[in-house]
Amino acid sequence: MTEPLDSTAIAGKVFPVRAHVPVVVVGAGPAGLAAALEAARLGLAVLLVDEHPVGAGLIGMDVPLQFGERMDAAVRNKPRMLERVVAARPGIEEAFAMGVDVQLGVYAWGAFVDGPTSRAQPRPLLALADDERSWLVSWDRLIVAAGARDLAVAAPGWDRPGVMGARAFAAALDLYGAFNGRRLVVLGSGVVGLETALRAKAAGLDVAALVETADAPQGPAALVDAVRRTGIAIATRRCVAAIAGTTEVERVVLRGLDDGTTHEIACDTVVTAIDVVPNVELFDLLGCRVAYRAPHGGFVPDVDGDGRTSAPAVFAVGDCAGLSDAGLGDPATAIAAGRRAARAAARDLGRTDVPADGAPPAAEPVADRDPALRRWIAAQAAEGGDALVVCQCENVTLRDLLGVRPPAYLDYDAAKFAGRNLHSLAAEGPLNQDQIKRLTRAGMGPCQGRRCREQVQALIALRSNAPTGSVPLPSFRAPLRPLPLSVLSADDEPAELRANWTAWFGIPAQWLPHWEKAPEDAEFWGGRVPIPDATK
Amino acid sequence: MAEAGAVKGASVVVVGGGVTGLSAAWWLAREGVDVLVLEKGIVGWEASGRNGGGATHAYSPLFREEQRLWPMMDELLGYPTEYRRGRIRVALDAAQLEHYELTSRLAQSQGFTVDRLDARALQELVPYVGDDVAGGLFWNYGGHANPQRTVQGYAWALQDRGGRILQHATVREIRVAGGRAIAVVCDQGTFGCDAVVLAAGPHTARLAAGFGVAVPVVPARAEMIVTEPLPLMRHGGVDGNGLYGRQTLRGNLAYGGGPHEWIEIDGAATPRAVNSPVVRSLARRLRELFPRAAHVRVIRSWAGVVENTPDGRPILDRLADPANVVIATMSSVGFGLSPASGRAVMQLATAGSCDFADLTHLGLGRFAGLAPDWYRDRGWVPWSSGDGAAPAC
Repeated sequence: MTEPLDSTAIAGKVFPVRAHVPVVVVGAGPAGLAAALEAARLGLAVLLVDEHPVGAGLIGMDVPLQFGERMDAAVRNKPRMLERVVAARPGIEEAFAMGVDVQLGVYAWGAFVDGPTSRAQPRPLLALADDERSWLVSWDRLIVAAGARDLAVAAPGWDRPGVMGARAFAAALDLYGAFNGRRLVVLGSGVVGLETALRAKAAGLDVAALVETADAPQGPAALVDAVRRTGIAIATRRCVAAIAGTTEVERVVLRGLDDGTTHEIACDTVVTAIDVVPNVELFDLLGCRVAYRAPHGGFVPDVDGDGRTSAPAVFAVGDCAGLSDAGLGDPATAIAAGRRAARAAARDLGRTDVPADGAPPAAEPVADRDPALRRWIAAQAAEGGDALVVCQCENVTLRDLLGVRPPAYLDYDAAKFAGRNLHSLAAEGPLNQDQIKRLTRAGMGPCQGRRCREQVQALIALRSNAPTGSVPLPSFRAPLRPLPLSVLSADDEPAELRANWTAWFGIPAQWLPHWEKAPEDAEFWGGRVPIPDATK
Repeated sequence: MAEAGAVKGASVVVVGGGVTGLSAAWWLAREGVDVLVLEKGIVGWEASGRNGGGATHAYSPLFREEQRLWPMMDELLGYPTEYRRGRIRVALDAAQLEHYELTSRLAQSQGFTVDRLDARALQELVPYVGDDVAGGLFWNYGGHANPQRTVQGYAWALQDRGGRILQHATVREIRVAGGRAIAVVCDQGTFGCDAVVLAAGPHTARLAAGFGVAVPVVPARAEMIVTEPLPLMRHGGVDGNGLYGRQTLRGNLAYGGGPHEWIEIDGAATPRAVNSPVVRSLARRLRELFPRAAHVRVIRSWAGVVENTPDGRPILDRLADPANVVIATMSSVGFGLSPASGRAVMQLATAGSCDFADLTHLGLGRFAGLAPDWYRDRGWVPWSSGDGAAPAC
């Protein structure tokens, strides 16, 4: 260690951590709670974070779920929402009682671990934030139980308040107690759609219709029968021609896929419940190997029987590790997975007396979830046509996307793009969604691509006649939740970092005239901006 | 993708589809040269498409050409680059103002002008600065563009002129015989050539070593953050407080700066450039720069890998042996200078010298006698705190 350090590099700058925790669990759903409780039972210090209740600002941005502005004003009252979340998940009280450090309303927005381009931090870090500030914790084992998020599907008018996702609907109803719609149209008749319809009915809501593009309901027969017994109409071979209203949703116009006829249904809420998507953003940040597995719901991490990912210190449990055929109705699988991961983590951390869980791992899902996605996307793209807005944040239309056009605010020579499209791009190599994002801006907006990344993936695959999974996962980047500068701001940064900050590399000769010989011992002045005193 | 065997060699093979290689290839194609770009991934994928987009490099002999060409680039390429002229430097206090005045002199000495902005004038131009801002400078030169759009513009424009690009083609070797490069070997096949432009960024050293030439560059990772869109300022090219960056034409604030991390690259690999806790320090500096934008949300961060030479200056050199190889690395500052560097490289490849800029001191020869472990003496090596606490991730 006698070699000199580059003072302007990251070397030697250790970022302050608020705490070191042997086991951190992200997500307080069934799998995460089970993991935290099991780890605590085994005597480990555990931090359990969950982002719910999320701030009203994020709810308005459809982050992390597509809330569609269908939450009442109570969501602005954070203490009340905290009470509701705790009440909705009895395991949280138990975790408190077990000594788990439970932190609710806390976003896990980043994770920093050793890798080929990052070696300078002494321990793996998890980056957290609430609505006021951000901080880092270090950990020995990370159990990610981040659940699933909504799968949005563009339809004419899908940007209207009142269009929401299935997981957002479930959260609004059961977690926040703040759902403010009355009459729903549910899109999708797979397990997610059927469960959504039944849950709505049980809550005393009016379900005007369940819509399906296929010629028959898609989910398990028992759930289909249960929906039918409630009297909910299942409209098959139909897509959404329009979601209409003055500003908010007032009605849905359905189109018969066989005869082209339309009919209107009055409603105040459209729940897109075609499917949900495993939340793999942290795994992507952590560099865990992920693969596309249609029965698991898309890209999921590679895991062993304990839920251990390709990063040995990181576990994936619950829906984020892959959806189950049973849907939300059966949390037993998630709970078992959470416990197994906690036990494996305990063994890693020296509890060699902890035997492996005797229960056999859950059966792998078998139902292929890809056809429903492709069928819906294809039907809605055909219905919406060129003008269909695929990316709401950046106002990218289907035409723009398929034609890899620059955004509308730029002047460009349309003739130059006449021969350029996804086909021509595909001829130059496998299509990559990140490249299409750069060209069209689809997925670059404040919702961080949550509402369009699966759609763009499916559209690319459909248009290039490729399997959906052949389009690589577009990258996730920190912060995984949109965080204000004031929150992200490192008010705790190390003094040596502040003192040695340079706008660019601190190479003296780089800033002196390159038409003269570089001085041997140039004094560095070019990039080192005097940073005002931190206390100013 | 065409059958590998169907792609023929070219008069000039450009190794590396980053911004320098793409610009050089485009300039070559403009001259009617048969050119082929070999890119191991997607064009402009790495640092070339992930940077601050600045086009203001007064210390470079290519500065005048940079300034001359950028306003014409949309028209020359036929594709939008989002270029905008002018830069504003915001000074939070007197010390920063003095510093920025010092850094302005190099351009002023070349005939470019600078206007001083008092706090009030600055606040009008840059509404996100605070009440206590010291003032600023308006540079009537320089500018900024969108790196992603520009790199794709180069690629498309060179194709429009008959140039070819082969993506996902990892170059393994530049084959030399009789003091000349005769072919470039990659996974898809071997491409005969009359000349080679080696513009492979961090991989330039490895590939040049293959024919016995030492190119002293080492790679490092640097990172940036980007916010949600804000109403557009009159001039987007605003920075200061140790940050570089701009407001994009979409309205996002995209800024970088701060500590880099020296890394090692394993062979021909493309390491995933990750972010670090430095993103929080970037947010802090951006909030200090624009206190009235403190509420704005950061929606993304990114990182890129760049290479640096010992003096941080480009190597733009037509070698003596092999005599038909041009080495082109811009030492971590490639994007903004690319219109000019590509033209210089084109001239080096076709005429052997550059007629519009003095590249005397950008030759490889300046590093003759450099100690083989020169980078260790500067601490330009991967560093780990080494307490052994980190589990393998």
